[in-house]
Amino acid sequence: MTPSVRLQEMIRVIRSARTQGEERGIIQKECAEIRAQFRQTDNGERSHSLAKLLYVHMLGYPAHFGQMECVRLIASPRYSEKRIGYLGAMMLLDEKQDASLLITNSIKNDLSHSSQYVQSLALCTLACMGSSEMCRDLAPEIERLLRASTSYIKKKATLCAVHIIRKVPELAELFTPSARSLLSEKNHGVLHGAVVLITELCERNAETLDKFRKAVPELVTIMKGLVTSSYSPEHNVAGISDPFLQVRILRLLRILGHNNDSASDAMNDLLAQVATNTDSSKTAGSAVLYETVLTIMDINSESGLRVLAVNILGRFLLNNDRNIRYISMTSLQKIVQTDHNAVQRHRGTIVDCLKDQDTSVKRRALELSLALVSPVNIRSMMKELLIFLSSCPVELRSQTASGIFNAAERYSPSKRWHIDTILHVLTTAGGDVRDETVPNLIQLITTASELHCYTVHKLYRALVKDISQQSLVQVACWCIGEYGDLLLKGECEEIEPVQVTEDDVLDALETVLQSHMSAPATRGFALTATMKLSTRITDNVDRIRSIVSIYGSCIDLELQQRAVEYNALFKKYDHMRAAVLERMPLMEKNSPGHTNGDSSGEIKEPEPAKTKPVEPILLSEPANQVCDLLDLLGGTDTPVQPSSAPTSTATTTSSADLLDLLGGLEPTPVPAVTVYEKNGVSLKIQCDSQTDTDITVTLIASNSTQNDISNFTLQAAVPKSVQLQMKAPSGNVIAAHGLGQVTQTVLLNNPNKVSLKMRVRVSYSDQGTMLQDTVQIDSFPSPSWNSQPSIGVL
Amino acid sequence: MWTVPPSGKQMRFLLLFSRQGKLRLQKWFTVLSDRDKRKIIRDLTQMVLSRPPKACNFLPWRDLKIVYRRYASLYFCCGLEQDDNELLTLDILHRYVELLDQYFGNVCELDIIFNFEKAYFILDEFVIGGEVQETSKASVAKSIEEAESLQETMEEYLSKPTY
Repeated sequence: MTPSVRLQEMIRVIRSARTQGEERGIIQKECAEIRAQFRQTDNGERSHSLAKLLYVHMLGYPAHFGQMECVRLIASPRYSEKRIGYLGAMMLLDEKQDASLLITNSIKNDLSHSSQYVQSLALCTLACMGSSEMCRDLAPEIERLLRASTSYIKKKATLCAVHIIRKVPELAELFTPSARSLLSEKNHGVLHGAVVLITELCERNAETLDKFRKAVPELVTIMKGLVTSSYSPEHNVAGISDPFLQVRILRLLRILGHNNDSASDAMNDLLAQVATNTDSSKTAGSAVLYETVLTIMDINSESGLRVLAVNILGRFLLNNDRNIRYISMTSLQKIVQTDHNAVQRHRGTIVDCLKDQDTSVKRRALELSLALVSPVNIRSMMKELLIFLSSCPVELRSQTASGIFNAAERYSPSKRWHIDTILHVLTTAGGDVRDETVPNLIQLITTASELHCYTVHKLYRALVKDISQQSLVQVACWCIGEYGDLLLKGECEEIEPVQVTEDDVLDALETVLQSHMSAPATRGFALTATMKLSTRITDNVDRIRSIVSIYGSCIDLELQQRAVEYNALFKKYDHMRAAVLERMPLMEKNSPGHTNGDSSGEIKEPEPAKTKPVEPILLSEPANQVCDLLDLLGGTDTPVQPSSAPTSTATTTSSADLLDLLGGLEPTPVPAVTVYEKNGVSLKIQCDSQTDTDITVTLIASNSTQNDISNFTLQAAVPKSVQLQMKAPSGNVIAAHGLGQVTQTVLLNNPNKVSLKMRVRVSYSDQGTMLQDTVQIDSFPSPSWNSQPSIGVL
Repeated sequence: MWTVPPSGKQMRFLLLFSRQGKLRLQKWFTVLSDRDKRKIIRDLTQMVLSRPPKACNFLPWRDLKIVYRRYASLYFCCGLEQDDNELLTLDILHRYVELLDQYFGNVCELDIIFNFEKAYFILDEFVIGGEVQETSKASVAKSIEEAESLQETMEEYLSKPTY
């Protein structure tokens, strides 16, 4: 009786369904029939029905009602029914189901069945889904089978033992004695299982590992036998005799030889033999070689052997098979720190792999290349990396750019080379660099004082050519503003002289200001640069005056504020203009926040003691202002930020710095205020700390309903000039009955001291329904901003 | 970050799916809820199906290494631990395909659709608990044949006592 006929008929019918709805209808009908069938007395149909149910289960439909049927069928004396019953158990029952315990007794009986195929079913099922209790119950049986049965059963029992140990580690001792004797078996299946079992035992217990070290000679002999044996068709795969067994033995040897000289010595010759004799033209051989290399690198092998291993990896790099190239690079990546020189020898091939078609290979080649950069090869490597950057896939660009910057920072042969490299990256991939690149580059430029002229010329030319790469444009604007006088002088040793007029420069900056491609931050740079030029040029100051006054009515709040302040600098405070805008001193290489603190004392003010109506922020060096603005502007465009932000950008760290620097008031413990309460879900807000411009609050959500709520997320929106950062929430499930809560910290940076409001959207699912609600928080549990003395916007 | 729970096994799961993303076989060597299993299947299927044809057969995914290979219209895909040998896994997948081929004679996807339970039986003779149990192809093929012969005929079926 083949149960398949009726099963196949059902499969055919299901497949003929033209829509999902039709399929569902058919399945419902079938399931009803199956259920009815299960309820009937035995008529030889049960195994068909279960098979049909298993098919339906694979399509993704629920099949729990079949669980008890599996239990019943496993207990049947008929092989067909047992077989399908056990299959059902493996598919429908796992240790989480109660029904799984019910089959323990059947398994126990079947383990001693007269037919080895029935025993096999029981062993396989136990090894697949046996829970800890089942394993504990049946472990003695398995141990018995390990010692006194046919090879067929032994090999399965061994792997079953492996599963038992993984589930119940204490039982490892039970199997240790038998494991050792299994190594003398001739049957490859049993041997393979034995090696897996011993590996498992050694990985779990250091003492056992010690004991099994004595087995190294035996393992070496077995391995030698495999490597040098004459052709054995039964286990041959592409010329390799039983690569599965070879690989497992090599892996066990690795564990036994690790950190142990005598064991490593004992396997030295063998490893050399395998490494040299194995034919790697097909995957099987390469798999064995690969495992050999891993073993050599992980034990205390002599240096000659290690070089041999690295050379194998080098050969792999030249292999036609992409998989082997990929494997080789992952392995080289693991050893590039410890065996740096050996890997360096293959640098050429690795760099060639940057040109591979496959993105995974490219990525590995990139990581390796970056790891291989050294003071000796920096120039040639950088050339290759820059070529790679211009043509690499989009997903790798940011990683490449960061890698290049790191390498440049560590090994650049000269400042000019360093600046050139960064400029090259910004021109090629300016959109993919991290935010701190701009202040870092600016800082680097200021330190290279002999190169100011060269730098500003280069940047000016880049700016004129293309204003789409924001980072580049920002740096260029800053430099032009700062070193505009050098630009206008025209001569520079390192570049062919080109006459640049004041109008040209102002044109360039105005283009940036007016272009729709420029981000708000970039326009801020351009405006400030234009202003700075007012003390560095002679003829066109009026033009600057008019630009500045035009932007006094710009819609963008930030630009408007700057323009108004600069306007004031032209009018009321003209006597201070030169001092305010003069060339900046060297900046310390610190985070942007620290730069604020360091340099504010270095401005030459005519009367530092007198309180000025001009705000300190404007007086502090324009670069800091630039850095501040960069940071502060970095997030204001997007008022709504989702709450899960574990990958927060670099801009957010600086707001934390600002928080520290502005010296925070003593956090007064303020109680949590409830801002939202509906349907049993409530949200409280609590102020953690507060300074002039920053406030940190924690939102606390709790749930007093009968059921847990899940997928709980908060989203927040704030007024435009306020910067919001939400830390990752403590979780997204809130236990019922008020037993749990979710907290989420929110940092708010309010430099303009606007009236602080926050709109919070709460969403969660309660028993399957998604719910959403919005609450507006108009006052925060702390003194409001508006009562603070304004530091003064002009 | 949600992930497949570690089990210390060579393979955590083996999946077969068609080029349209329909699941044809799923063998799990680790304990997971049905929901998690379905999510993994969805994610992996999408990822593997979007790979270009000549791409590398290895993919890092969460904390696992994914090894996959396409045979005609079926993708054979398994999830490995970090320590496992990907190249050997390709040979394991190949061996399984050879066994299916030997049993069905020029196996194609339809064979596996209409005889899915046989595909599982064959797999269970080759791999147990995520580990290879028999490295001789002939041995496995013989065991499958012999087990098949135990499947009862109708008379035998009805003559056996009910439990």
